[in-house]
Amino acid sequence: MSRPALIEPAVAERVLARALAGGGEFAEVFAERRRGASLAIDESRIESVQSGAEEGAGVRVIAGGTTYFAHVDGLDPADLERAAGEAAAALGSERVEPRPLRAVRASPLPIERQPEDVPAGRKAELLRELDERGRSAGGEIAQFSASYMEARREISVANSDGLFTGDDRTRVRIGVQAVARSEGSVETGAETLGAHRGFELFDGDPARIAEQAARKALALLEAGPAPVGSMPVVVGGGFGGVLFHEMTGHGLEADHVQKGASVYAGKLGEQVAQPLLSAYDDGRLPGEWGSDAIDDEGVPTQKTLVVEDGRLVSFLYDRLRARRDDVPSTGNGRRESFRHLPIPRMTNTYIAPGEAEPEAMIAEVPKGFYAVSFGGGQVDPATGDFVFGVSEGYLIEGGRVTRPCAGATLIGNCLDALNAIDAVGTDFEMKTGICGKGGQRVPVGTGQGHVRIKAMTVGGTQA
Amino acid sequence: LIELAKSAVETALAAGASDAEAYASEESGREVRVHGGTVESLTAATHRGVGIRAWRGGRVGFAYGTDLSEAGISAIAAKAAEAAALADEDEFATPPRPAAGAQVAGLSDPTVSEWSSAKCVELALAVERAALEADSRIAGVEQAVYADSADRVAISSSTGVAGEFEATSCFAYLQALAESDGGRETGLGFDLARGPAGLDPEAIGSEGADRAVAMIGAAKPPSRACPVVLDPTVAASFVALIGGAVGAGSVQRGRSPFAGRIGEEVASEALVLHDDGLDPDGANSSPFDGEGVPRRRTALIEEGRLRTYLYDTYTGRRGDAASTGNAGRGGYRSLPSVAASNLLVAPGALSFADLLREAGEGVYVTDVAGLHSGVNPVTGVFSVGASGRTIEGGELGAPVREFTIASDLVSMLRAVRGAGVEARWVPFGGSVRTPPLLIGEMTIGGS
Repeated sequence: MSRPALIEPAVAERVLARALAGGGEFAEVFAERRRGASLAIDESRIESVQSGAEEGAGVRVIAGGTTYFAHVDGLDPADLERAAGEAAAALGSERVEPRPLRAVRASPLPIERQPEDVPAGRKAELLRELDERGRSAGGEIAQFSASYMEARREISVANSDGLFTGDDRTRVRIGVQAVARSEGSVETGAETLGAHRGFELFDGDPARIAEQAARKALALLEAGPAPVGSMPVVVGGGFGGVLFHEMTGHGLEADHVQKGASVYAGKLGEQVAQPLLSAYDDGRLPGEWGSDAIDDEGVPTQKTLVVEDGRLVSFLYDRLRARRDDVPSTGNGRRESFRHLPIPRMTNTYIAPGEAEPEAMIAEVPKGFYAVSFGGGQVDPATGDFVFGVSEGYLIEGGRVTRPCAGATLIGNCLDALNAIDAVGTDFEMKTGICGKGGQRVPVGTGQGHVRIKAMTVGGTQA
Repeated sequence: LIELAKSAVETALAAGASDAEAYASEESGREVRVHGGTVESLTAATHRGVGIRAWRGGRVGFAYGTDLSEAGISAIAAKAAEAAALADEDEFATPPRPAAGAQVAGLSDPTVSEWSSAKCVELALAVERAALEADSRIAGVEQAVYADSADRVAISSSTGVAGEFEATSCFAYLQALAESDGGRETGLGFDLARGPAGLDPEAIGSEGADRAVAMIGAAKPPSRACPVVLDPTVAASFVALIGGAVGAGSVQRGRSPFAGRIGEEVASEALVLHDDGLDPDGANSSPFDGEGVPRRRTALIEEGRLRTYLYDTYTGRRGDAASTGNAGRGGYRSLPSVAASNLLVAPGALSFADLLREAGEGVYVTDVAGLHSGVNPVTGVFSVGASGRTIEGGELGAPVREFTIASDLVSMLRAVRGAGVEARWVPFGGSVRTPPLLIGEMTIGGS
């Protein structure tokens, strides 16, 4: 199904010409129509039912090292020209004539059932199913809440290199949170399920995530304080992939690298991990949360090998930074919306499956920590210091997983920790995340199997 | 704009709502990013949109959009009314009532519109320069940023709420990079004001440089439990978390460590906390909140006791209390929900040197990371990444990094042994004004 572009080619050409009127070597217009809806269930009541519709455009001009950017709400030709006028650099610098536009057809990811066409009542029903499953997981489940969201972004991109293309993206996601309570103890468990897909994602048994979240909360009721100190750490599959996302992925984004604000700057071709580790950023994984047909600059997404057998082989580029390094863009120029400038961002980032059996990995640890899943993480790419909040963690004693621990955080430095990964599991799973950078939030996929780090600092309260 | 909001309310009523409220806003803003003495990007932005809340008895729905034509508003109103039909009945869901308005002086600073973009670029460049010139060990600046905005907000409801105000704000920050012995350190400098004339580029630049340089040669401290001094930026991050936990929304749903604790001792007497939506210097000050209820000043913790929770109209009705004017709203795109306005920690009597002396042997924390994942908002248990300096013999010692500090929010509040004299506004995770705080004991996770 192909939909008409959000802007007429003739209008786009006029806007680009206007944008370059004051000078500059590159101009682009990014038009977008966004629609979304969400609802939640809390205390077994459907609430926060909402929807939104927005359209607008961002125009940017690159002149010398400077980007001039203006964005407006609305897609009337007059709105677009106003934005172009504001972005037009009054530099009197060398001026480039925009090339005539040549339409490039991108193939949006297939959506079987447009969520917009699914009756709203069905979405409420889905939340009630989640609620029921979560609450029936155990008498100690004191609170349960769940949310549903759908979002559709239609985009058109035209630039002075003559590119004219577009994409139509639909994502759906559900999230659940369970609170378990027993004598003197309160614990939470959360889980999500999302994809760059339509409502078909919820065929099968989506309510299993309600049970998973509830089980997690119930398991933690028995939790003792987390240990403190340096020890071997086994990280679980799926959202454990946020480990690589923070530890390495951000440091590979070319904007950080080019400013010398990444610990990976100047390390291309070097061994940064043990040979057992290979990792990818892949914006083309079918239906994945972080996938798109093209990035937000119109460049087709791709599968990029970033670490090959422990060797750093590629950074992640948008157009601007690729031009600076004289390499092709890797299709990682992403933006939250027409209100933001594209910057290098990850899509779906993961450590490829390895050769170790997860059970064996744990069995080899006399005393350590098992981080099954994280609540999230954060890194300073310049120093490499990172931190992860553990949402479900256990002690490993004598090669066996023993008691659950509450409130643990993992902390370390990228280069040391990446190099300290001494086992990668045969299992594999992808999970969904929302990544924030420079005030922009974009959907990203993270993935891996079980991974073991020889030594890492666990920060709990039990000294 | 208020006329637009009023007509949106009428449209929603015509679409079948029993009551309706419209929140309309118009915003213009710009942002300058500089790097290496040149402008990296210059952004000009305008936003305009409306969010409509529609009630059908005790059912509420919400819709927003940017199409403000008559047809556009009709579509948004219809969506809101439709959304209400899907929601379940909630006896406490009623529209806010009008009340006499509060006033805040000086919300709008003319220098925002008076300053040309070229002048703003100059300011950002001056911030960067100040950092580079502050110390020879500063190797560069990752980015220096200046941004400002001018907003106009109007709210109208079928129950008679009607209000409009204008506010401006701006901020500048930079991330300085210090280098030595192959190691790299970063340091953040920032400031915020109503207008660019209120910013001090020198101070911002040198703060970033000082913070980066101070971390050179940092090592991992040993694991232990010891006194901790939180600098205002770090204290503010924790205070913002506390502000979230005393919101009646999480309390009523049993998801707050402060639930059921009104009147109880939840802090030491050294910690006095207010929410003040009318402080002329507060970034979140306004005459009324996100649903048109007048802002006010509310005592949260005094004499160590929890005085009240923060309420919006819904939680107020449910908790048999009046709204404290704390309906927060992230613009026309979001439903209102309980949120702190500006949180103020009362300054104490101790100078910074006194705080260190009182601490004796411990850690001075100047930065924390991982707050969004390292804190359990239901239990208040936290463990977050930190960096700073050791405190030895009551004085600042060597820089330390890559460790965690762990406790829980209530234990931390009870362990506050002193507050500094000098307070500072910090915009992280909310709007907070706080002095440095001395915490009697926290767990340090290091080597």
